[in-house]
Amino acid sequence: MQSIDGSLDTLPKFLIHNAKVVGARPAMRHKDLGIWRTWSWAQMLEEVRAFSIGLAELGLKRGDKFTIVGSNRPRLYWAMCAGQALGAVPVPVYADAVADEMAFVLAHAEVTLAVVEDQEQVDKVIAMAERLPRLAQLIYDESRGLKDYDHSRLISFADVQAIGRKKLASDGECLARWEAGVAEGKGSDLSVILYTSGTTGRSKGVMLTYDNTIISAHNANAFDRLDQNEEVIAYLPMAWVGDYEFSYVQAYVAGYCVNCPEAPDTVVQDRREIGTTYAFAPPRVYENILTLTTVRMADAGAIKRKAFDFFIGVARRWGEKILDGEKVPLGARLLYAIGRLFVYGPLKNQFGLSRIRLAYTAGEAIGPEIFRFWRAMGINLKQLYGSTEASVYVTAQPDGEIYADTVGKPSPDVEIKISDKGEVLFRSPGVFVGYYKDPEKTAEVRTPDGWVHTGDAGFFDTKTGQLKIIDRAKDVGRLKDGTLFAPKYIENNLKFYPNIREAVAVGAERDFVCAMINIDQTAVGSWAERNNVVYASYQELAADPRVYDMIASHVDEVNRALSEEELMSGAQIKRFLILHKELDPDDGELTRTQKLRRGHIIDRYGPLVEAFYNGSTTAQIATEVTFEDGHKGTIAARVAIRDMKIYPIRAARMVRAA
Amino acid sequence: MRAPSSGETGLGEVLLAVEDVSLSFGGVRALTGVSFDIRRGEIRAIIGPNGAGKTSMLNVVNGFYRAQAGRITFKGEVRASMRPYAAARGGIARTFQNLALFRGMTTLDNILAGRALKMHRGFFWQLIRHGPALAEEVEHRRRVEEIIDFLEIAAIRKIPVGRLPYGLQKRVELGRALAMEPDLLLLDEPMAGMNLEEKEDMSRFIIDVNQQYGTTIALIEHDMGVVMDLSDRVVVLDYGRKIADSTPDEVKKDENVIRAYLGQPHGVSA
Repeated sequence: MQSIDGSLDTLPKFLIHNAKVVGARPAMRHKDLGIWRTWSWAQMLEEVRAFSIGLAELGLKRGDKFTIVGSNRPRLYWAMCAGQALGAVPVPVYADAVADEMAFVLAHAEVTLAVVEDQEQVDKVIAMAERLPRLAQLIYDESRGLKDYDHSRLISFADVQAIGRKKLASDGECLARWEAGVAEGKGSDLSVILYTSGTTGRSKGVMLTYDNTIISAHNANAFDRLDQNEEVIAYLPMAWVGDYEFSYVQAYVAGYCVNCPEAPDTVVQDRREIGTTYAFAPPRVYENILTLTTVRMADAGAIKRKAFDFFIGVARRWGEKILDGEKVPLGARLLYAIGRLFVYGPLKNQFGLSRIRLAYTAGEAIGPEIFRFWRAMGINLKQLYGSTEASVYVTAQPDGEIYADTVGKPSPDVEIKISDKGEVLFRSPGVFVGYYKDPEKTAEVRTPDGWVHTGDAGFFDTKTGQLKIIDRAKDVGRLKDGTLFAPKYIENNLKFYPNIREAVAVGAERDFVCAMINIDQTAVGSWAERNNVVYASYQELAADPRVYDMIASHVDEVNRALSEEELMSGAQIKRFLILHKELDPDDGELTRTQKLRRGHIIDRYGPLVEAFYNGSTTAQIATEVTFEDGHKGTIAARVAIRDMKIYPIRAARMVRAA
Repeated sequence: MRAPSSGETGLGEVLLAVEDVSLSFGGVRALTGVSFDIRRGEIRAIIGPNGAGKTSMLNVVNGFYRAQAGRITFKGEVRASMRPYAAARGGIARTFQNLALFRGMTTLDNILAGRALKMHRGFFWQLIRHGPALAEEVEHRRRVEEIIDFLEIAAIRKIPVGRLPYGLQKRVELGRALAMEPDLLLLDEPMAGMNLEEKEDMSRFIIDVNQQYGTTIALIEHDMGVVMDLSDRVVVLDYGRKIADSTPDEVKKDENVIRAYLGQPHGVSA
């Protein structure tokens, strides 16, 4: 564990420090041509320094902005630090961003130099060269396919390092000059600009200082007791604050090893080989692994399947309690130990989670079933909440206080408050300097006394004292009688059931809440097969009364869960229907990233919404659909509407109200 | 920023020349007096309607069939007859219209099998797998890993190919052919049965192989769009005869070719 040393206030200083103190320990690994290559801190310093001096020779200087485009590779991480050593500011961008978006960011940030991964990115940057008059130099890591390109402004990473090494060898004072340059940097310097992919309008460049990120990293490392023995896999986009912090700043501060996968699609295998101890993943990843397991188990032999089911049952009952250090009878501990030997251990090993000490999930709500499953397996999976403007997270769950539906307590040095409108605000040492070249937006988001508006609606849970996020603040509405209505919260609760693929909650400015539901054709289809329900199309399956019964039981459970939540209990689902067609981006109902376009859907299915509130039990609907080849057609159907039971509002609330 | 491809800069020497080759099976004439050449560094397409003799042509080139008449010159040497083994040793590799992989073996092992001809140590050495044999295997493995990296199939390195989707199996087959480091690569319908995305990937790899390794490629393909985009020169066969031999643009305009593809009754057009 690194002590908080005042003189270590920039990342290049940490690099030099680590090379001295833990020089022989691994700093980075990369799987290349099937073999893991390792760089110690001392070796990494040499690589970074050579590249940094090469960059200086190419003309990069203090205050310049330069961009990094590509997937997680050691050289791209080195490039960040190499530029920072000169006082230049890295602006990593999403490698898969559309050209227009990327051009906007690079032009806005006024980058003069780009370090990119390969030919694909070189092509992309060259194509937008006209819009980037300041961009003078392009450096690439992977040379394949670039042999015949005009190299007047194009140079390989290795060649830049060669320039640096030559300079070092020929100029005796070069090293001292470089180190003096590093020493000149200070904590309050701008260290990075991270562009956030705004859901509305253009991206904004979040400016963070070294202090912002390094203090946050110190706090995070202390909170979870992370030290130089950790192993992490860097696989999330480098332009995202999470990766910047987890795979770069925290690693430098704690001195742990960052492993770069061979390719984006080998992450699971690479993780198995490395055995990461600390992991971060969006809920989707945990969900996929679990689905994969379930599917494979369904194909296994009867004995294996029985054993699996039995021990998973044991784990679900006792696993979390054992993990949280609660009192558990000896017999249960024994059973759990046997299960670990035969089921949990091999299962975790399969996905490279054998050595995992700590895993985080964030970004979206995670299904409680999935969350509990991994915890029952003995994986310390926790949730956190944060934003780029906070230089990573502001709340996290302490060990032993883990819940599926909260995002934790304020992290050290972080203050959180809820505004009158229910919006979450925070203040911390990690709070960003401002949006690059956008003081107006900065003023909108950050108050003069340092509070940052998150745009998320949330509240502190009375039971656990932890923060709960319910929705984007602008989406949270109210029913006619003033009851809080958070559509996404209700939809997420519904979507946690595998049988429900999408859900649309309706209720803003209405008398009560209704839901339109899309069933998951794979899950419900396999249920239909097992239960001899015959159907020819999605439409027919969706209309089957037995499917309605099944979905109704899910809705009922959601209502019961909602009734137990103080703020949400008034917004239970009174009526629901199953849509006759799947929501589809081609029809403008979902965005390309599968996010719901609620407003558009409510307009499009107007007759159904009307039927919800005029009491009809069926409704006729005809919708135009776009087929994959582009031609349009109409699907007409008569959709049934079910009424649901509303649970009484929780007693505690009534007492307080009285 | 890109230098013009070999097709535009004038062509290299003739790598393989086919002169007046005829082949028949019993009474069926598969090829009748076909002549064309393949020049070093180019991508040469052989196209034609079903049954035009394209695959027969490839089989003659790599020695699987023996032509009854005509001659084939490869790297300046006239070949009377040749076994596929000798063709392979001489630097001709191929992939097949229907996959011919070892389904139970992993991607890695399949591609390593392509190096078999390059292994110099004998059976005994391979068996004890020590000293020089080990060093040799390490070197072969390195070359195979380069190919795996090149074809972006690292994620399936250790998966038995029988479990892979069709498009990926095709890619593994290309990898195995590349492992031979051939002078001439014959691809028999490399994109048959692929979806659009897989076709785009495969096209990209074919161009990259040609540019990166300078490998000469002869390919048979049905998808006209792909052929016209990829190839430097196209030879068109119909009923075992050559009916056109030119650049893609000219072939597209050629009346005989249009007629062959529109399917006019044979004999009427001739």
